[in-house]
Amino acid sequence: MASLVPCPNCGRRPKEEFTIKGAALSRPEADADSIDWFDYVYLRENPRGAYEEYWHHTSGCRRWLVVARDTVTHEIAACCDAAGRARSEARK
Amino acid sequence: MSSYRLPKRGLVDRNVPLSFTFDGRPMQGLEGDTLASALLANGRMLVGRSFKYHRPRGILTAGAAEPNALVTVGRGGRAEPNTRATMQELYEGLEARSQNRWPSLAFDIGALNGLLSPFLGAGFYYKTFMWPAPLWEKLYEPVIRRAAGLGKASYEADPDAYEKSWAHCDLLVIGAGPTGLAAALTAGRAGARVILVDEGSLPGGSLLSDTATIDGKAAADFARDTSDELRSMPNVQVLVRTTAFGWYDGNVFGAVERVQKHVREPASHLPVERLWRIVAGKALLATGAEERPLVFGGNDRPGVMMAGAMRAYLNRYGVAPGRTPAIFTTNDTGYTLAQELEAAGVDVVAIVDSRPAAGVDYRGKARLVREAVVCGTKGGKAISAIEVHHGGRTETIAVDALAMAGGFDPIIHLACHRGGKPVWSAEKAAFLAPGSLKGLEVAGGAAATTGLAACLGEGAARAEAIVRELGLPCPPVAVVKVESEEGIRSPAPLWSIPGIKDKAFVDFQNDVHLKDIGLAVREGYSHVELAKRYTTSGMATDQGKLSNVNAIGLIAKARGVSPAEVGTTTFRPFYTPVSFGALTGAHTGHHFQPVRKSPLHDWAKKHGAVFVETGLWYRSSWFPRSGERTWRESVEREVLNVRKNAGLCDVSMLGKIEITGSDAAEFLNRVYCNAFLKLPVGKARYGLMLREDGFIYDDGTTSRLEENRFFMTTTTAYAAGVMNHLEFCAQVLWPQLDVRLASITDQWAQMAIAGPKARMILQKIVDEDISDAAFPFLAAKEVSLFGGALHGCLFRISFSGELAYELAVPAGYGESIADALLEAGKDHGIMPYGVETLSVLRIEKGHVTHNEINGTIVPADLGFGKMVSAGKPDFVGKAMLQREGLTAPDRPQLVGVVPLDPQQSFRSGSHILAKGAAATLENDEGYVTSSAYSPHVGSTIALALVRNGRNRHGEEVLVWSGLHGESTPARLCNPVFFDPQNERLHV
Repeated sequence: MASLVPCPNCGRRPKEEFTIKGAALSRPEADADSIDWFDYVYLRENPRGAYEEYWHHTSGCRRWLVVARDTVTHEIAACCDAAGRARSEARK
Repeated sequence: MSSYRLPKRGLVDRNVPLSFTFDGRPMQGLEGDTLASALLANGRMLVGRSFKYHRPRGILTAGAAEPNALVTVGRGGRAEPNTRATMQELYEGLEARSQNRWPSLAFDIGALNGLLSPFLGAGFYYKTFMWPAPLWEKLYEPVIRRAAGLGKASYEADPDAYEKSWAHCDLLVIGAGPTGLAAALTAGRAGARVILVDEGSLPGGSLLSDTATIDGKAAADFARDTSDELRSMPNVQVLVRTTAFGWYDGNVFGAVERVQKHVREPASHLPVERLWRIVAGKALLATGAEERPLVFGGNDRPGVMMAGAMRAYLNRYGVAPGRTPAIFTTNDTGYTLAQELEAAGVDVVAIVDSRPAAGVDYRGKARLVREAVVCGTKGGKAISAIEVHHGGRTETIAVDALAMAGGFDPIIHLACHRGGKPVWSAEKAAFLAPGSLKGLEVAGGAAATTGLAACLGEGAARAEAIVRELGLPCPPVAVVKVESEEGIRSPAPLWSIPGIKDKAFVDFQNDVHLKDIGLAVREGYSHVELAKRYTTSGMATDQGKLSNVNAIGLIAKARGVSPAEVGTTTFRPFYTPVSFGALTGAHTGHHFQPVRKSPLHDWAKKHGAVFVETGLWYRSSWFPRSGERTWRESVEREVLNVRKNAGLCDVSMLGKIEITGSDAAEFLNRVYCNAFLKLPVGKARYGLMLREDGFIYDDGTTSRLEENRFFMTTTTAYAAGVMNHLEFCAQVLWPQLDVRLASITDQWAQMAIAGPKARMILQKIVDEDISDAAFPFLAAKEVSLFGGALHGCLFRISFSGELAYELAVPAGYGESIADALLEAGKDHGIMPYGVETLSVLRIEKGHVTHNEINGTIVPADLGFGKMVSAGKPDFVGKAMLQREGLTAPDRPQLVGVVPLDPQQSFRSGSHILAKGAAATLENDEGYVTSSAYSPHVGSTIALALVRNGRNRHGEEVLVWSGLHGESTPARLCNPVFFDPQNERLHV
């Protein structure tokens, strides 16, 4: 009912301020294989345990975040700004 | 009748009598009573009827677990069904009514169910009401629902206020009994931020009904002094009448505070209930233990009561449970009760002890029957005798009350709310909380610790450890001296009792008795989760607080295994029922959702607009004039006037987003499927936004006001979604792009000025030249108004198909500018028009909205295939748009539809069938997405998505609505009904 999300910009805030998009997947390149695009658009893991998702702090800083949470316990292991992560992945 | 009240004893104020009624009968109680204690003081044994068999029921407990004494309190919108009389504080004028009885509590027709009981065992309705199936909904279910049940909800609106609150603390202590008070005091004195919650009206828990002395003080006085000290500390918050009902992730606890459920007329400046969400660094569960009932025949007869409850009524409320009570015990606590009753002048008839020897040296007057059990009771609406089984024979002893002391079960619900399973301890003969909980510790009775001194010591010690963990210095904990007569609680459980003839209830609230459990096991439902559902044991409002452990013990015995092997069912929030009012909080009535009003709302209202709710918005629908009898007349006038003269329409609610940055154009190029990179400054362009799966997400116009500044409009409904989507694209997909987004919907009042005379009207207030040469179709720029008095944005875009502009001005100027335009156009016939007219105009032009963009449509379906850029390396939806299913020739395509007979009509949502085809799913060719009466065409016109529709213009079809029983012969046609060459746009 009342999990708190440790937003890197706003601190711990109630989950009602957030909207969840779903799995934090990386977008394939425009010319990637259609299989990759199908995976990205339609196929999702449904793990019991650790899961990374895109959460939007809609009623807060309006930043998109990557929330690593446990689907069983709902505990949040980490929460970071998605842009920062996307940039650092792009550098790799 | 108030003869059961003792002259002394207890925490009730004998100087403050309170009048109340039960089933309309006036009664008197005292300040400090619960409804239950007041009823008992009045000699009222029978307070309810049972769920299934309508057996007479009395008061079983003195607390939250009460399964029987459920009543409806209050009247009208304040009537609260299923209120536990044991938890309801008495107030002057309280009105309580019994439930589940007809015509009266004393004479209840439903009690005939008792005669049918051989047919009403566990699972009876699964077996009995199988056939014929249609009777289930029509007959069986309504009859069963009427016969079996609890209180009825009020149909009147709740007049009271509720609210929600957050709280944060270092240590949350749940339960203000001896353990909790000692813990809160220790942590509070050390300076930790402490919240102490207790469901009772006074802190103290069991101390309030204990005769022990602590540091030379009566237990209740110790509780009062301790809570007074806690309340004086600025770092401690004491919440009474507050039930912690759930433990959630992040160590957040849900709690509900009954702020004004104990008063007759709630003060209007306070809520009646407050829902708390408490974020706790650490929490200590000090909820104590629940006494376990004993399962013998007629154990539900009014007058049979838990021994601990009897102690509470005696010591806290000064009420004698009867004049000739007996005690049935499996442990030494029964003797404590006997001594206290005798000290209060109530002679105990007999103590029936299941053991061969007691652990205490009892020297009272009661007859002691050892190695014996109570196997049955006698009486009608109250107990009159018990049947004692000992030495192979059964003896009847006359009593008017019976206490049962069956041992104790730790109250560990909250500790199990996050997936942990209770653990059976053979040593303690009880289920204990799961081990190694993060953020929550269990202490005192909840951890099966027994004895007052031990609980006080454990509470303090646990708090001390937590305080040290927090890094706070902890002053030495004072050791308290306890003098108590309480016997040690024996752990040996007594599951089954010989010699039972009558029903022996396991679950009182659901009327589940011993034989039901046996039946469930015999029929293969011996798994604890199956047994629960088959017998309903452990369900309903009390969630088996008293019954679960007995049910598990009995299943274990029937299966010949340990309770550890049977295990428990799953504990879930809420611990006790929470009202919808508390969960809803302030979100009721007009606070249920926000109302959005355009900056032109008052302007529209002034001109007589009829409003329609679209999402959160109130939009002006049409502007009736005197003499017009129907909305159609008004809309036709408005439509014709736009085509002939000019109209003014409020379009402020369209989403507006400002996009800036050196990569703004590149960004738009990637979020729209059509090209935006080379859009010239000063130009607007229609854009189609796709989802990654290739389907259209939203549409709108975007204008380039400066090289690196764009003004985007979205549809009203998708404004928030598009903003979130753009932020996702900018932050997650392409963070390397230099782009900034700002929602500016509320900053601008925007109005469409449409019609052949739009320019000459607008030119009167716009300083710049807006002739066709200077400001052609799709021009967009900032303009100055009234000789530089104000600046706005002007767009030459048209949804109506007429010469049209949209003018955006700062929101606060909206009304005066709209009025100025009406004034400027007075001689040119300008009129306001609403969204109904807007809709007719756009259907006449074949323009789409989200009626057509229904989430399954790609650009080509709407005839926008050529708009999709082939040259762009990437945009959202590009990859998936190539899928074969999205390019198939039989895709639904936008067409127009007109009835063959102009007098006939059809409605949106109707299906398109080929001429002569039967109305089947296979023959479905598509459906009508939008329809309106077109004054220009002189009949109903419609847009539809029809299979391969573009190649079927001219084909006769049937428009069919099975829902309305309508079929209308019609013809498919070009979706542009008006000015197909777009000549009027470019004048």
